[in-house]
Amino acid sequence: MEAQKDILILGIESSCDETAASVVKNGRTVLSNVISSQIELHKLYGGVVPEIASRKHIEKINQVICEALDDARVTLDDVDAIAVTYGPGLVGALLVGVAEAKAISFARNLPLVGVHHIEGHISANYIEHPDLEPPFACLVVSGGHTHLVVVKDYGKYEILGRTRDDAAGEAFDKVARAIGLGYPGGPKIDRLAKEGNSEAISFPKAHVADSPYDFSFSGLKSAVLNYLNGCKMKNQPIVEADVAASFQKAVVDVLVEHSMWAIDEYGFDKFAIAGGVASNSALREAMAAACRKKKIAFYHPSPVFCTDNAAMIGVAGYYEYIAGTRNGLDLNAVPNLKLGERL
Amino acid sequence: MKILGIDSSGLVASVAVVEDDVMLAEYTVNYKKTHSQTLLPMLKEIADMISLDLASVDAIAVAAGPGSFTGLRIGSATAKGLGLALDKPIISVPTVDGLAYNLYGTEKRICPLMDARRNQVYTGIYEFQGDRLQVIEPQMAVAVSEIVSKINEDGREVVFLGDGVPVYRTFLEKEVKVPFSFAPAHANRQRAGAIAALSERYFAAGQMESAAEHKPEYLRLSQAERERQEKEAQNNA
Repeated sequence: MEAQKDILILGIESSCDETAASVVKNGRTVLSNVISSQIELHKLYGGVVPEIASRKHIEKINQVICEALDDARVTLDDVDAIAVTYGPGLVGALLVGVAEAKAISFARNLPLVGVHHIEGHISANYIEHPDLEPPFACLVVSGGHTHLVVVKDYGKYEILGRTRDDAAGEAFDKVARAIGLGYPGGPKIDRLAKEGNSEAISFPKAHVADSPYDFSFSGLKSAVLNYLNGCKMKNQPIVEADVAASFQKAVVDVLVEHSMWAIDEYGFDKFAIAGGVASNSALREAMAAACRKKKIAFYHPSPVFCTDNAAMIGVAGYYEYIAGTRNGLDLNAVPNLKLGERL
Repeated sequence: MKILGIDSSGLVASVAVVEDDVMLAEYTVNYKKTHSQTLLPMLKEIADMISLDLASVDAIAVAAGPGSFTGLRIGSATAKGLGLALDKPIISVPTVDGLAYNLYGTEKRICPLMDARRNQVYTGIYEFQGDRLQVIEPQMAVAVSEIVSKINEDGREVVFLGDGVPVYRTFLEKEVKVPFSFAPAHANRQRAGAIAALSERYFAAGQMESAAEHKPEYLRLSQAERERQEKEAQNNA
């Protein structure tokens, strides 16, 4: 029998502040993964400025795509389809990737596959874990998203819970700003927390009354801000490392607790985490320990595949592509696209 | 020489293919601003109709700004994607120059007015000398009163065009002291045909850029950058 032809997907991602492109083989092998980060630029403003992000994307996108093709030692002639993030995200930022992908698709007569950004994050787990296949449960935690998801099959999702207010990563950014660590807050809090006592301050763990799997982090964020103000008013010294450690523990505890409830109720034997906050060391350790206790397999991507990247879009795009998903040249950016919804 | 023109800088979405002194196709829609959904299907439509071999295109001309930030990026990203996929250069045509080129042959001054919001217009002053478009005042973002003073000082008869006309018509009728008129429907908005035709001059002069280099010319900072500068200026004062 003739060996099956490899399928190469060119993935493009521009939903927030990283311009990224990647070539992925057969949905699992990353041939290249180029990321142009704008973090330094947005640091000046304490967070991502959408118009500046969009302007940077358009300046970088061709170089990033060309580099991804070169690194993979392929040309557009070798590519079978183009996968692009079309939501959710910043509309102006998304539009750059979407317009670029459509133009290439048109000019080269290549199939176009629109990919959901969160589907990409979840799919990042397939890159380094050849054994991982649906069904499994996945917690997606990033600066923009906090979702507890059942991955029923490739491309088929059921959302069990989501944040009602701030995303987990957003809470990290806001608390980091409040204790003077700057942007982006996640890695900085992670680092500082290692020097602090996570039991020093008792911050509330918010639960959402009517939905056990939903999350709420704005109350926790306010509790941290109130604590800091209280210390200042009373002229008490603030131990930033203790604040970071205690805050981080409050977030991690809730994330682990809700995830384990889902595992108990649905009986999954595989659990994964994804998204930028999935590279947080405390979350990884706590989740690994909890999964060990339940004797289930725990998966997480390497940090480079946790934060926004296009390899994950290439992977998700591959599974959409072989399932027959095709988008037309009228594909639009959908800033609040819901997981599992196709527009 | 075959040029593919794109203009999505304002409310109009427009694509065209111009070969030397013949326009093979143009598709222009001035309806609702959904350029992201319409621009490429429009391009595919005309390409199919004229059996365009994309490899035969020499360059992609795009209205590179000023204009709606998002609209400019849709046009630029489309041009950049085409340029990358076809390995063709991009010709950046100043949007206001492109608008003025619609009025080829007039002996009057040409003053395009694009509504730039925040009480400003993207504008400039032009005239034709022979078959050449001459720039009297290069494109800029200013209050409409400012361009009207320049026109009054200039003292020459002028034609206005662009989507700023309906916005400022009453003001213009009151404040413009020189003889003036408004361009007719077929020539008073962005057209990719004009962008492509004007770009032939740039092409002949070798004024092109690579698809990777190309970026829009916004003529304006982002709001965040502007506020940051104002704050710094205040702190320095």
